[in-house]
Amino acid sequence: MRRPTRGRVPLLVALPSLVGLAFLLVPLVGLLARAPWSTLGTRLVGPEVGQALLLSLTCASLATVLCLVLGVPLAWLLARTELPGRGVLRALVTVPLVLPPVVGGVALLLVLGRRGLVGQYLHDWFGVSLPFTTAGVVVAEAFVAMPFLVIAVEGALRAADPRFEEAAATLGATRWVAFRRVTLPSIMPGLVAGTVLCWARALGEFGATITFAGNFPGRTTTMPLAVYLALETDPGAAIALSIVLLVVSVAVLVSLRDRWIGGAP
Amino acid sequence: MTLHAALRVDRGTFRLDLTLTVEPGEVVALLGPNGAGKTTALRAVAGLLPVDAGQVRLDEEVWDEPPTVFVPPERRGVGVVFQDYLLFAHLSVLENVAFGPRARGMDRAGARERARSWLERVGLADRAAARPRALSGGQAQRVALARALVTEPAVLLLDEPLAALDASTRLHVRSSLGHHLAEYGGRTLLVTHDPLDAMVLADRIVIVEHGQVVQQGAPAEVARRPRTDYVATLVGLNLYRGLASGTTVRLADGGRFTVAEPAAGPVHVAFPPSAVGLHPEPVAGSPRNSWPVTVADVEQHAHTVRVRLAGNPPVLADVTPAVVAELRLSPGRPLWAAVKATEVITYPA
Amino acid sequence: MRSTLPAAVPLLLAAALSACGSPEPAAGGEVVVFAAASLTETFTELGTRFEDANPGTTVTVSFGGSSGLATQIVEGAPVDVFASASPATMDQVVEADAVSGKPAVFARNALEIAVPAGNPGRVTGLADFGDEDRTIALCAEQVPCGAAARQALASAGVAAKPDTLEQDVRAVLTKVELGEVDAALVYHTDVLAAGDEVEGIALPESAAAVNDYLVATLAEAPNPDRAAAFVAFVRSEQGRSVLADAGFQAP
Repeated sequence: MRRPTRGRVPLLVALPSLVGLAFLLVPLVGLLARAPWSTLGTRLVGPEVGQALLLSLTCASLATVLCLVLGVPLAWLLARTELPGRGVLRALVTVPLVLPPVVGGVALLLVLGRRGLVGQYLHDWFGVSLPFTTAGVVVAEAFVAMPFLVIAVEGALRAADPRFEEAAATLGATRWVAFRRVTLPSIMPGLVAGTVLCWARALGEFGATITFAGNFPGRTTTMPLAVYLALETDPGAAIALSIVLLVVSVAVLVSLRDRWIGGAP
Repeated sequence: MTLHAALRVDRGTFRLDLTLTVEPGEVVALLGPNGAGKTTALRAVAGLLPVDAGQVRLDEEVWDEPPTVFVPPERRGVGVVFQDYLLFAHLSVLENVAFGPRARGMDRAGARERARSWLERVGLADRAAARPRALSGGQAQRVALARALVTEPAVLLLDEPLAALDASTRLHVRSSLGHHLAEYGGRTLLVTHDPLDAMVLADRIVIVEHGQVVQQGAPAEVARRPRTDYVATLVGLNLYRGLASGTTVRLADGGRFTVAEPAAGPVHVAFPPSAVGLHPEPVAGSPRNSWPVTVADVEQHAHTVRVRLAGNPPVLADVTPAVVAELRLSPGRPLWAAVKATEVITYPA
Repeated sequence: MRSTLPAAVPLLLAAALSACGSPEPAAGGEVVVFAAASLTETFTELGTRFEDANPGTTVTVSFGGSSGLATQIVEGAPVDVFASASPATMDQVVEADAVSGKPAVFARNALEIAVPAGNPGRVTGLADFGDEDRTIALCAEQVPCGAAARQALASAGVAAKPDTLEQDVRAVLTKVELGEVDAALVYHTDVLAAGDEVEGIALPESAAAVNDYLVATLAEAPNPDRAAAFVAFVRSEQGRSVLADAGFQAP
């Protein structure tokens, strides 16, 4: 006798989801299949690899911090205020998502370059020039990655009931205390998801980085740039570098997931 | 120090325009139908909503006086119990109650100490470590009350504090809330659409319709002389005065009731007309009050039929049209009225 | 009907993907050309002229970094003609036996110093590329213009202090056009193509940094006859004059 089991997935869901999964994973399998495993060790011993990896992790993390500092207040503004033209503003925030990253990099040069709208004053008054510096990498990555954070946090804030902030206020909490002790914990899952997406996007950033910050080993050559340039002469090395980037990012994301989302299956 | 509130708030076509005063130790109930502006008034006093005109002050301490003064909620001495309590789900019961003292600058240990003593007062010391999710409705209400009172506010605001509870819990929570309000020396403003809550808990009832005060006074006074249809329907309660001894109350004008909660001394006895059952014969068994009555009047309401019955004591009953047909209700018909003891409320007179 | 739907979804998807992936076989005569990015203007022009001279034939040119194009060809892209900016990238294709016949040099390009209009960094020659205080852009050594630049700098005895090693010559040029760098090494043709925003400073040492451009028909060419005709056209007098106008040297 057949008994319906509770965990049974309908065919209408199972088939497309399997195709979807395969669609995402098969390229990865291809990468692993074509990897030069026998020479992998020797290809990765060069100091440039460690340097690029360290730079990637540092810049992606700094960019994420920058996104948090600027993006969370922005998300709050979009979710909680009756700003006129808020819909337009929300659409504009997502512009870096649709803009080809290379164009984003050019745009950053036009604004922050040493002849840029703002950059010329940074350069003339403070002697600060962002292009071709590690700080420039952070700026480029933050520019491209911030929408992921803002959208995730704004969604979480809109889902959170603002009356809890009111309750906190009647208990004597200032806006800041109410945000820190009441709102922040309630949006934590969205905030973590947004931060992870933001970090991952920053880590893989290529177009805006190479356009705005250029490419110089140890200063602005992050892993994706190293991969791209290796691809020009030695596809095997490019695959090896990609695998390193993949392994490290998956390791970080999985450990974060365990740390923050704990019980989630 | 008296709370004076002259509130005017405009919301599109709706205008709230009412004046309130609440003396120390006094419980004032704002009673009215949904959409009358009661909650708006409460929010204006709390500082969650600035008034468009008027003034909110505690004696000489002005909280809101457009366009010059607006004191934000965190700097007003108010405590609020919200309709669905709004307990912070990520904090334990103890941390919920300690939130206020902490936010007002007390150190962690001191705040917890205070919170613990308040949890004891509301009888929930053993639930200190629980998450709000794990509490029953009645427990959550008591935590919300403790959280509001722990900061010793000058003004306590209660927004439909019993609306989220089911009927059986409500009875118990209402009487315990009454106790705490009696102990609290500040000014209490209670918003409710339930006349029974207002009658039992308030010293003075202010009836609000369409943003305006239509009547105010002591509960008995409002009940005796309704001035609008709404009030009349609202206070269509069976309310008696009597002398309690254990679970028996002898009514001043004759008749007696068996009640669930033992009491002593002069009390009010109240129950809604919907709690009254009508039967052709005396009803036996269970702690039930049953006495002979005669139909005086039958009046059709929206979904129910209100039957006025003469007897000792006289009583109002709400029944369905089916019951009217079944019992062939018409003036002069003799019947037996029955009320369960658990449906009868007593409170000190 | 319901039960067939899920099965149909992947099929539709596969059909859609294959439709995007492989263009329909050339009707009449389509020539598909992969050409180095630095040939963008000239090969667009050559394509148009070839179409005019051969009614019924269309030329589709895809431009990109030579190495990337070479990789795509080796991986089986259906291409008739490959025009590369360096012998090294052409060698990749040759080694994979993807070329029919022998690649031919059809043009040469010389490196030149590019500076923003007005030369704000007051750069005068290759020696300035060793100045730490100037902002310098070069191509990465992995791409042809970078290899050529290294050769030029080495033969001039300059230890360059670049601030960035760009992924292709166009990216270098963008940095010069925006004034983000004081000087860069690009091809003479790029300086011409950039117009007024970029000034060129000829290199005496340029003889050491001349880059050969090669063209070849491919073994798997869907349209070998037209491919051969197009290569012949590129190497004809007409083709050479178009290349010369853009600043290329004859082989």
